[in-house]
Amino acid sequence: MEYADIIHRCFRCGYCKFTRDYRDFNCPTYRKFWFESYSPGGRMWLLRAWLNGEIPSSQRLAEIFYSCVTCGNCVEHCALEFRENLVNIFVAARKEMVEKGLVPPAVRDYLKGIQTHGNPFKEPRQDRDKWAEGLGIPSYSGQDYLLYAGCVASYDDRGKKIARAVASVLKEAGLSFGILGGDEASDGNEVRVLGEWDLFQMLAEDNIRKFKGLGVKKIIAISPHAYNAFRNDYPPLGGKCEVLHYTQALDQMIENGKLTFSSGKDARVTYHDPCYLGRHNGEFDAPRNILRAIPGVRLTEMDKIKKNALCCGGGGGNFFTDIIGGGEGAPARVRIREAAETGADTLAVACPKCAKMFEDAIKAEALEGTIKVKDIAEIVCEAGKG
Amino acid sequence: MARIIYDALAEIVGKEYVSDRAEELFLYSRDPGTMDPKKPDYVVLPKSVEEVQAILHLANRERIPVVPLGGGLVLSGLSRPLKGGIVLDMKRMNRILDVNEKSRYVVVEAGCSQGMLQAYLNRNYPHLKHSIPDSPPSATIAGNILIHGSGHMSQATGFHSEMLNGLEVVLPTGEVCKIGSCSTTPYWFSRAPLPDLAGLFLGWHGTTGVVTKLAIKLYPNPAKKDVMMFLTENPDYMPDIISKVTGTEMAEDLNVSASQLPDYMEGLQLSLIYVTANTIEEIDFKKRTIRETLRSYINQKEGGFMFVPTIAKGRFIETPLREMTKFADSKKGGGFEYVGAIMPIELFPEAYRKGLEIAAKYETPYSMAVRIIGRAHCMMFAYAYAFNRADDNDRKKAQRALHESNIAALELGGIPWKAEEPAQKLILERMDPETSRLMNRIRAALDPNGIMNPGNWEVK
Repeated sequence: MEYADIIHRCFRCGYCKFTRDYRDFNCPTYRKFWFESYSPGGRMWLLRAWLNGEIPSSQRLAEIFYSCVTCGNCVEHCALEFRENLVNIFVAARKEMVEKGLVPPAVRDYLKGIQTHGNPFKEPRQDRDKWAEGLGIPSYSGQDYLLYAGCVASYDDRGKKIARAVASVLKEAGLSFGILGGDEASDGNEVRVLGEWDLFQMLAEDNIRKFKGLGVKKIIAISPHAYNAFRNDYPPLGGKCEVLHYTQALDQMIENGKLTFSSGKDARVTYHDPCYLGRHNGEFDAPRNILRAIPGVRLTEMDKIKKNALCCGGGGGNFFTDIIGGGEGAPARVRIREAAETGADTLAVACPKCAKMFEDAIKAEALEGTIKVKDIAEIVCEAGKG
Repeated sequence: MARIIYDALAEIVGKEYVSDRAEELFLYSRDPGTMDPKKPDYVVLPKSVEEVQAILHLANRERIPVVPLGGGLVLSGLSRPLKGGIVLDMKRMNRILDVNEKSRYVVVEAGCSQGMLQAYLNRNYPHLKHSIPDSPPSATIAGNILIHGSGHMSQATGFHSEMLNGLEVVLPTGEVCKIGSCSTTPYWFSRAPLPDLAGLFLGWHGTTGVVTKLAIKLYPNPAKKDVMMFLTENPDYMPDIISKVTGTEMAEDLNVSASQLPDYMEGLQLSLIYVTANTIEEIDFKKRTIRETLRSYINQKEGGFMFVPTIAKGRFIETPLREMTKFADSKKGGGFEYVGAIMPIELFPEAYRKGLEIAAKYETPYSMAVRIIGRAHCMMFAYAYAFNRADDNDRKKAQRALHESNIAALELGGIPWKAEEPAQKLILERMDPETSRLMNRIRAALDPNGIMNPGNWEVK
């Protein structure tokens, strides 16, 4: 297994479980399950034991590895020099499980959906552009930017609303962009982190071929997960484009004076950093800059933000597989409680997966009258322009 | 039978918080040190004192060993279940219950970590602090107190167990007992003036009960912090240097480190003198006073203060010391354990030379660290050995070096701290027989069925 030569180096000191200032456990699975086995250090030791034959393969072992949300909190806070590879090690362990046929049924079903339908919802490919109906968004044909929606924004009802909001704002601001519509395919980020490298490579190479064929030079991604794949995993495979998350594009337009606001709804807003935009790619400012530029929006930060933000629990494939599961300790429920504690009436997000996770959490926590979830693009849509 | 016990535990804590699965049994059978694994039968995560009580009632009924676990960072294997049974991971009981600003104490649950308390005080009571050990932030307050730990205020205030104000303990037979002022008043201000029953639980390695709450002393947290580094090459000077520095009453913490690596540090003893103050004038005065007290060494060119860039100072001042954890990976092997022997200050030169000798014998770079306790009433002299976790021979070699260090410490006149099971036997062999008999009588009275962490402090 890749990284097998370094997994013994984990001391299990536990820095990986915390925020930087140690105020709270911030590994989503550890704080949900409380067994050391669900901490990054526990996984390192279990992985070594498994590879050495000291513990057998089991469904539970697979669940321990597939419950990891790949949020990168451990990478951020581990005290040792191999920290950069922690998430990579867990992904490599999953790869090993894929190769041995040991993945949990929910992971198998996800991968099967991607393999057979090109999306995990098992929806027809030609329905992929239904989210854009009536918006008058052209197909990509050499415009400045390709707007890439991704599976959740293409098929999930909540995600579709976000895609429409992003496209509407970009169009209103006069940006030159097009979409792939029914020709769009999964970016493969979750496929890769679930350990199915061959399928990821196939998806990525297919997308790269398509992008090259169409002359795509610049991509705006709605999902931070797609943004991460295009930015970090496609270049080694030959896919080198300028990639922006849509909040970065909006931030640039605000800075260039192409997007200005005349009015906005009065709202007390707190912002949740998506892991694949924040910790994985270092973008913490663009979403906040947008919120600060909108009249009436008062940004109130949660205790744990930026590199110390708690994951919504939807990363690492868990949005689809839900191996981390529900209950009071579910990360999205913990996080929505933290958001509500700020007194904010709106939790702003910048990821369709986060939006869906938190809306479910609001219902589970009976916080419907207290706080609502809005994507930043939706908040921008509601504001008066010019 | 195992299924019946599992079901009974699940009934007490909820099935999601009990495990008899291979993954948990593997992890909870070992700690990051060198000791051989000992497998539990169950791992249980209680949330309340009532749940702990119910578990102990069950354990007594069924004669099952119970091993309480805090952060699991003792390194010497004290929370390995030597005779199987239940490992009681206390970390779900992690609330900070009360801070008394005026009487300067905090009451916490037993699973509260050092890091969480530190962050809580920083945010809510920045003028107060607790003494933080050099262990990682996941170490628990209770675990460290109960092993007679020490930390960054121990030079000024003694062992962490001396900072204990009171306890709530579930006795081995299941009764909940309060120790200290909290037994008689609503306050947790002190162990005095009552008979000090805390001694029934301090240093016993979980063999006399399960601590569920405790109060520890807090201290003023001056805004200014600095560290001075004094270098010498002759260990014979160290008792005098320690005596002089502590004699100024100006140092909050005093550590000495001696390490073969990096090689430019070989042969040197580095004293880290930590100073805190409320104003620049005060800190300058303290540093000047310390500098002056060591003037004779500087004049004779037998020692000197090291220039330390501000950024480097930050790494030494940080609590807990992240740099300390990095020692575990110094062999790129992820393993590290030390013998921390408590001994009188005057034994420094002999202890130091013994450290060189043992390291040379085991062909490993020497690494020693010393923390001065309670204004030089004694010191914790640590012989540290990194090992490669991927190489079992290397782990066993470190284990042998540690055992030899334990023997050496006892022969010098010290006592190994948080001693491994074999080192406990060494201590008991040398202990006054009436003392060890008294220990046995106390244990028999408190724990008639012998369920609490059996195999530790055990005299046949």
